[in-house]
Amino acid sequence: METATQETDIQADNGVNVAALLGARDALTDAPAGARFNWRATCDWVNGTHSHSEVKGFYGLGDEQNHKTSFSFDTDHPEIFASEDNGATPVEYVLVGLAGCLTAGVASVAQNRNIQLNAVKVTLEGSMDLQGILGIDCEVRNGFDNVNVVFDIDADASRDDIEAIVAQSQKRSAVFDIITNPTNVSVAVK
Amino acid sequence: MNRATPDRRVTTVVIGAGHNGLAMSRCLSEAGIDHILLERGDVANTWRHERWDSLRLLTPNWLNRLPGYAYGREHAGDDPDGFMSMEETISFITGYARATQAPVMTRTSVISVEPAGDGYRVVTSQGTWRCRSLVLANGAFSIPKVPKVSLAVPSHIRTITPKTYKRPDQLAEGGVLVVGASASGIQLAREIHQSGRPVILATGEHVRLPRTYRGRDILWWMDATGRSDEHIDKVDDPVRARRVPSPQLIGTPDRSNMDLNTLTDTGVELAGRVCTIRDGVCQTSGDLRNLCKMADLKGSRLLRSIDDWVAEQALTRSEIAAIADAFPAGETLPPTRVPDKPRLTLNLNSGEIRTIVWATGYRPDYSWLKVPVLDHKGQLRHDGGVVRAPGMYAMGHNFMRRRKSSFIHGAEDDARDLSQHLAAYLAGGQRQAVGWP
Repeated sequence: METATQETDIQADNGVNVAALLGARDALTDAPAGARFNWRATCDWVNGTHSHSEVKGFYGLGDEQNHKTSFSFDTDHPEIFASEDNGATPVEYVLVGLAGCLTAGVASVAQNRNIQLNAVKVTLEGSMDLQGILGIDCEVRNGFDNVNVVFDIDADASRDDIEAIVAQSQKRSAVFDIITNPTNVSVAVK
Repeated sequence: MNRATPDRRVTTVVIGAGHNGLAMSRCLSEAGIDHILLERGDVANTWRHERWDSLRLLTPNWLNRLPGYAYGREHAGDDPDGFMSMEETISFITGYARATQAPVMTRTSVISVEPAGDGYRVVTSQGTWRCRSLVLANGAFSIPKVPKVSLAVPSHIRTITPKTYKRPDQLAEGGVLVVGASASGIQLAREIHQSGRPVILATGEHVRLPRTYRGRDILWWMDATGRSDEHIDKVDDPVRARRVPSPQLIGTPDRSNMDLNTLTDTGVELAGRVCTIRDGVCQTSGDLRNLCKMADLKGSRLLRSIDDWVAEQALTRSEIAAIADAFPAGETLPPTRVPDKPRLTLNLNSGEIRTIVWATGYRPDYSWLKVPVLDHKGQLRHDGGVVRAPGMYAMGHNFMRRRKSSFIHGAEDDARDLSQHLAAYLAGGQRQAVGWP
């Protein structure tokens, strides 16, 4: 984090409270237990491939926390899968998660480097061979075999500076890490 | 331990007789502080026994200097732009020990160090010492750091670290996975691949540096621009600065550049960082492209900062103007070529891989240090080498006081600063001001 020069001469305003983020970083360095967070979601099956998920509470800073309001998400499959298309597919939510995470990172890193963002547009594409999930070919994986992310950024900065922001955003992104690296997953039945 | 023999007393004990301990010894002698150096083996022990045969120093000879001793001056040599082999490095350091008449006790292993009275009690394989102050110069790069995932490597695969690797013919015929793409990893990947063994290089965060830039060695630029001398208290994030891995450099007689592109040109396969090994299948990260991009951007940024410095200095310094004329600005690093679809899995049971080389960094050995100066991650707590215990100092850590602290030529300034602090501590009584000399 390159902070020393910016604190005295901040002009950029991307709506990110960098001082609070850096304060949290310092505080959690001294109290690592507070850095332990648990994120949660609940899901109810509706009908067919349609499910309804909610996000409300989470754990962090040593205590139970809540979003200001609960957020809900419908997942389904499109009609070409003989479904009713009541929501985005779960894999599209993965792209949404990646986009939201990387873009939040771009805004934060740009703010920290005192670079004004004028517009950020991200296009994502995850490619998949359905022979995997349909069980046609056991050598084809179920998930994405490739994810392409293209940032279109209008900012008061050089191309190298913009590329460096996007690179740093990936380096500090939770969802980028979740997608690029294996994660232990336990699924149980109550 | 022979309890019948009384503890011997000395003002300062220096643990380790490598270039760091010897530089400190020289400064202590100049300050009239009586001291001894305890050396587990022989002078320059790590260079003798714990590095590979083909290794050469990353610093050009002209840069190799210690307090009162420099290549081409006190140490004979007529190849200022060359890079010392291990034999030459050992000769350089033992020559220094002789020239400074350093009071080294060889074959003396430290068994424990604990607080005692107004100083420390140092138990060794050759008796016990009491001292008021102590210098930890036993090497910040002595124990290979091997990640926990190594525990899941199938038993038929041979694993080795740069500490025990000597030459390719130690390895079985067949494929080799080199984990880590810093100085050690890329050098071993190159050498092992040249021996005819297929090599996959698992690449995490790395630092890309060209060997030469605008007609000069990159370390000439680091030295000339003052970057090598940059103080740790002047960088924005010291914790991160100290964690930066060693640059992708190699010292060869032809001063060749080496990076991931030169390795892939010869047929080395790039893969991402090793994440897990499950059921004999090694999974590597999908973040390779970004890590390469970051290294490209950082490398280019360094070159542009050199260009800026040259442009500024050329106005007033004719020797810099001459460089500017002969070697124009704007040389670029070609982008690192990352495979379109780097492999994400590697089946360790398929026979493709016979050996894994863990070139994943080193750490110091403080297992004998019975003084509470290590943090929860086992790292030494210190301010620029002033350890958080009275009269205790460290040498040679990555970016300890200056960017050059872990290099041979970095020992001099640190030893001068810290020996002054140490002398003031001895003169000032038992309380030690923690902080900067």
